[in-house]
Amino acid sequence: MSYIIDRRENAKKKSTVNRQRFLRRYKQHIKKAVEEAIHDRSIRDIDQGGQVTIPKRDISEPVFHHGEGGLRHKIFPGNKEFVEGDEFRRPESGGGGGAGEGKASNQGEGEDDFTFNISQEEFLDFMFEDLELPWMVRKQLKDATSFETRRAGFTSSGSPEKLHIVRSLRAAHARRIALTDKETRQQIRALRKELWALEGAPASDERNDKVEALREQIRALEKGSRKLPFLDDFDLRYTNMVRVPLPSSKAVMFCVMDVSGSMTQSIKDIAKRFFILLYLFLNRNYKQIEVVFVRHHTHAKEVDEQEFFYSRETGGTIVSSALALSADIIDARYPPADWNIYIAQASDGDNWDGDSATCSKILTERILPKTQYYAYVEITTGPHQNLWHEYEHVHEAFQEQFAMQQITDAGEIYPVFRRLFEKRTEGAHEPS
Amino acid sequence: MSRPDTKTRQPISTGSDWTFELIEAYDREIGRIAAEFGLDTYPNQIEIITSEQMMDAYSSVGMPLNYNHWSFGKQFVETEQNYSRGRMGLAYEIVINSNPCIAYLMEENTITMQALVIAHACYGHNSFFKGNYLFRTWTDASSIIDYLLFAKNYIRQCEEKHGVEEVEKLLDSCHALMNYGVNRYKRPRPLTAEQERERQRSREEYIQRHLNDLWNTTIPRHDDPSADQQPHFPPEPEENILYFIEKNAPLLEPWQREVVRIVRRVAQYFYPQKQTQVMNEGWACFWHYTLLHQLFDEGLVTEGFMMEFLHSHSSVVYQPPFDSPYFSGINPYTLGYNMMQDIRRICEQPTDEDREWFPDIAGSDWQQTLDNAMRNYKDESFILQFLSPRLMRELKLFSIMDDSNRPTLRVDAIHNESGYRALRESLSAQYNLGNREPNIQVYNVNIRGDRSLTLRHYMHNGQPLDDSADEVLKHLHRLWGFDVYLESVTPDGETVKTRACPPRELQVETSA
Repeated sequence: MSYIIDRRENAKKKSTVNRQRFLRRYKQHIKKAVEEAIHDRSIRDIDQGGQVTIPKRDISEPVFHHGEGGLRHKIFPGNKEFVEGDEFRRPESGGGGGAGEGKASNQGEGEDDFTFNISQEEFLDFMFEDLELPWMVRKQLKDATSFETRRAGFTSSGSPEKLHIVRSLRAAHARRIALTDKETRQQIRALRKELWALEGAPASDERNDKVEALREQIRALEKGSRKLPFLDDFDLRYTNMVRVPLPSSKAVMFCVMDVSGSMTQSIKDIAKRFFILLYLFLNRNYKQIEVVFVRHHTHAKEVDEQEFFYSRETGGTIVSSALALSADIIDARYPPADWNIYIAQASDGDNWDGDSATCSKILTERILPKTQYYAYVEITTGPHQNLWHEYEHVHEAFQEQFAMQQITDAGEIYPVFRRLFEKRTEGAHEPS
Repeated sequence: MSRPDTKTRQPISTGSDWTFELIEAYDREIGRIAAEFGLDTYPNQIEIITSEQMMDAYSSVGMPLNYNHWSFGKQFVETEQNYSRGRMGLAYEIVINSNPCIAYLMEENTITMQALVIAHACYGHNSFFKGNYLFRTWTDASSIIDYLLFAKNYIRQCEEKHGVEEVEKLLDSCHALMNYGVNRYKRPRPLTAEQERERQRSREEYIQRHLNDLWNTTIPRHDDPSADQQPHFPPEPEENILYFIEKNAPLLEPWQREVVRIVRRVAQYFYPQKQTQVMNEGWACFWHYTLLHQLFDEGLVTEGFMMEFLHSHSSVVYQPPFDSPYFSGINPYTLGYNMMQDIRRICEQPTDEDREWFPDIAGSDWQQTLDNAMRNYKDESFILQFLSPRLMRELKLFSIMDDSNRPTLRVDAIHNESGYRALRESLSAQYNLGNREPNIQVYNVNIRGDRSLTLRHYMHNGQPLDDSADEVLKHLHRLWGFDVYLESVTPDGETVKTRACPPRELQVETSA
């Protein structure tokens, strides 16, 4: 007798808990792999999940077993030319399958690495662990300007179309009970009972008289309560609606990059990765994200992604042109009430001497008051130039919104990124 | 159902897709034939699952449920990775020694494969579980699922009370010693899950009291002259290290003892499987082969079905020669299957050589002989008893002697007249768990002194322990709570090497 059961619809992912425990245990290894992936991988597949490799000896579970040495006999199949008494040198590997041939495969202490995949979701989780979008909370609570109307109980005043009939009648009923005398009510009830009993009895003159008398008595008693209004203004109840501020779930990210002659391809590469990181990061926190690419040399231009990253142009450097263009775009298309605005600027620090002051002016007056966060990364190995010094003043004034960091090579992107966006519990941080 | 004895019957199916009706039909027919061959089985519970669920089952050591632990996660990640890369096919089946016997069928399989799995698992393995003496003695098929459920819930409660990390550490340590958590000789008493729960509380109390008895005289006194002559504890060496820990470790909390016990019980449950791999698989392969051929003889399956079946059958029982890149030891399926077929041959068509080697069974009734072999042997004794010269010739077995004192390897027996017995003995010894796993036992506890625990490794053929032993000692130290020593002792009683945790400076290093 056999039972055949279809289990295909049963709970899948039974191993999820175990898998998570495994990942948690080897968090350090995975984090390292993720960090390597960020600076080794090409930008286009950075958000694809990843492969994590852990040396096998780090995750082996030790058991007692025999080591090399001693005397042992091993049986092998497939003899071709050996006869009893043949001797030959020990093979390098140590001679075959180990002590227990039958189960050797489970016990092998191979030198191989243990490699497995983590999903995109997990990859990003590890990448953004401990990070928190700056001032998002503040934005949600304070700056939200779109509202949703939600029901919130009942009130005693309101417009007629919000009148709640059931609630109102219930209130009226309660009032009428409260305002009548208890004894009278009891009397009426008793009389009514009597009346019903009589009405059920066979009809006769005597009975009719009694019924009439009872009715009279009831009428007399009810007289007092009849004066009470059936429904009073006081009873009316209205559905209460409140306006709840809604956090904006839209974000716009401005990528501002210098493409002047001094920016080499490797510097641009680093900048690209930084932008990608920021984009992925925002992607996880907002439902809708728009990205605006602004590139500049002596004048700025809004371009599409392809052109932003891959087309070549050269010229001098006037940073303020890009800032002015960004400010214009914000004014025209992204009202701060609806949009969370993030700007990331990458540059090698070069700027035309007379321009830096203008930059700082546009920043403080037109941009920073409207943005959530402004991150400036300077990708250079050389000394800081005037733009950096000018920005330091801006940072002083807008410590919480304006961050600046220097990157010297690709390996530093992630640490710097983390520093820029680390949880701000210990207050504003120093420019390096 | 009328007895079918002509080839004129309609095949059960002709296509390759399976349906529940077809599986039912195959199961009915295969079950009927199995009963005619005298196979005695538990009722079957055939469950259709997806490949993903198969991986789940795979990575919790084949059990339908188990407690949570990262090592199962590791197994899962590895399985998933290999499977998705196509490096490894999933097992066609998993079968669980329970009553009813649960067998998993993967939905991706063709109807031929499903029939093969039904024959292999639901009638082959199933009858082995029910008949073999080791399974009958050591496992209780009716209570295992209940017990695992109890274990899973108990460990989850421990995690809630004491933290996941704490429980995980404990389980790590227990797993390291899992192979030493079995009674090899004493018969355990099967308990149902309810009894288990009832007893668990009283056990907690009892153990704590018992422990106090053991330790209440232990006021460490360094100047005590009688310390040298103190009695041995345990009086006889204890082979079941986890059992010893559970009952005697001084610092464990009651819940920790219970967890040790759970790991120990699970280990005990799997112990017979480790000892009967060749027989179990050989038996199942023999029967799927026999049962499906019978189906074909009765005209219930098509030739196409048989082609597909034989293709997977022969890849399962293929033995690559020792010099092949695919060689990874002797394939237990090959060895077991061939031995079973060989026994049938010896019974039905004995040669003179067989009559000389197997006077008892040559020419006897093959069904009875096989049934007897299945019931009363384990791999080691099965090979020693039934491996025939003819099969050794077929497999071209030869034996290599590897002595670390000699510079070369030596071929000390091949498949010829003078080598048969030696080959058979060596191969049998190879499946002796006692040789395969180092023989390590609890030797002594310094009860009156520093409470240190000493294990002894009784060396076999001078084989030393691998260095992973140091790691295992750390785990043992975590369970015991005081110093732990491990002495490797030769048969003449000479201590060759002492390991300690925490490591000692005065290590006794008298290497041979």
